[in-house]
Amino acid sequence: MPTIKQAEIEQALDAWVNHLLTVTVPQATGKLAIVGLISHGDVLARRLVQKLKEADIEAEYGALDITLYRDDLAITGIRPALHSSYLPFSPDDMTLVLVDDVCFTGRTARAAMDVIFEYGRPAKVELHCLADKGGRQLPIHPDYAAFKLDSEATDKVRVRLQEIDGKEDISY
Amino acid sequence: MNPRKDLITIESLTDEDIRTILDSTSAMKEIFTKSVKKVPALKGKSVLTLFYEPSTRTRSSFEVAANRLSADVTTFTVSTSSVVKGESVHDTIDTLMSMKMDYIIVRHKHSGIPAVIARHCKAAVINAGDGAHAHPSQAFLDAFTIKEKYGDVAGKRVVIIGDILHSRVARSTSTILRRLGAEVAYMGPGPLVPQEKFTGIPRFTNWDQVFTWKPDVIYLLRVQNERMDTPFFPRGDYHQAFGVTEERLRRIDDLNLSIMHPGPVNRGVEICDAAMDYRNCLINNQVENGIAARMSILYHLTPQTQNND
Repeated sequence: MPTIKQAEIEQALDAWVNHLLTVTVPQATGKLAIVGLISHGDVLARRLVQKLKEADIEAEYGALDITLYRDDLAITGIRPALHSSYLPFSPDDMTLVLVDDVCFTGRTARAAMDVIFEYGRPAKVELHCLADKGGRQLPIHPDYAAFKLDSEATDKVRVRLQEIDGKEDISY
Repeated sequence: MNPRKDLITIESLTDEDIRTILDSTSAMKEIFTKSVKKVPALKGKSVLTLFYEPSTRTRSSFEVAANRLSADVTTFTVSTSSVVKGESVHDTIDTLMSMKMDYIIVRHKHSGIPAVIARHCKAAVINAGDGAHAHPSQAFLDAFTIKEKYGDVAGKRVVIIGDILHSRVARSTSTILRRLGAEVAYMGPGPLVPQEKFTGIPRFTNWDQVFTWKPDVIYLLRVQNERMDTPFFPRGDYHQAFGVTEERLRRIDDLNLSIMHPGPVNRGVEICDAAMDYRNCLINNQVENGIAARMSILYHLTPQTQNND
């Protein structure tokens, strides 16, 4: 099972911030917000906001729980635990960067956009992820992926982050 | 939590079930702050409110909750239904199940009717009050209101005041609060408060005992007006003996206690006018939290109607 280790993830985060500074920020319309999808995307979003701050770029931070917007709730009968979202600003006229750990089918990103538009109307929304797994089922693709994984759609991808799991790696 | 079809009593829930529903209530309440106060979680699902007893608050609270989860709500009005023409509860349910309802919210004057309906159909059944037996959604909103006010239910002292014996609210709310680690006591007219030896719950008969016990929350039960007409409950006497009078309110204020009530409130009986405006009166919080708690309950139940059978 291939594994991406902590040191590589740290390097990738630096490259990710560099992309934000050189591409996203210059092209942003309105204020910038980094919005993580709970739970692992939220951790990554916090880190990115902190790194941007170290580069003298102020970005708003938000966190979204998309569970109630999942398109499989009625079908599966599964009821995942809910978490509190945190969006202490109106997204109207802002540039929002949605951050997730893994981009797979595109359904989570679709749900996240549904949530965002119920809070307001952003000028621009980008989708960034740590790992792009492929296997998309919707016409949604990340604007930035720190790692593009060479894996089949059925392969499991496990992302562990220090803040949640006490360890940090990506295995697939 | 493990998939669960019905909510009939608090006793039927595991500790994990209780904590999961309470935790999700916070996330549901957050939806109220959005410009669009609605989520698609139950889109396409049908919710029926089936109230054989009068209710405005509980029924409308469930209806708002179901609407905010994007479910389709049907109200079954008993006074205009076939029930008044002699149709049995089972026949009514068979009829309603043919309409492919996913959730049925039931209130009935007889204990046990929601459980019978739950056994009889594939829809998720929520007990919205059955006789003097149980009122679990009230228990959840009460526990959440205390958790929201104090950060935790555990370690808090709640005294429930009124006609405990006939109160489904007292039964369900005291059960959930004790399961969550709170201490509960009862106070009210002697014959209407169960003995401690049967419940394990301290039993007081006057306010001095209540204040000596050092509660955090004063939970007042509604006095049913039909009962007030009997010589056992002269209105003014009840207020003087067991109600929150202006004098008692001053002491409650000095001690920084909270006041709760399941509503509707009888002013001048359980509670004086001034207490309704008291800074720690949580009655309006209970109403708002009732919607969030009922959203959480609806979300966490799983009907067995997924395949339209």
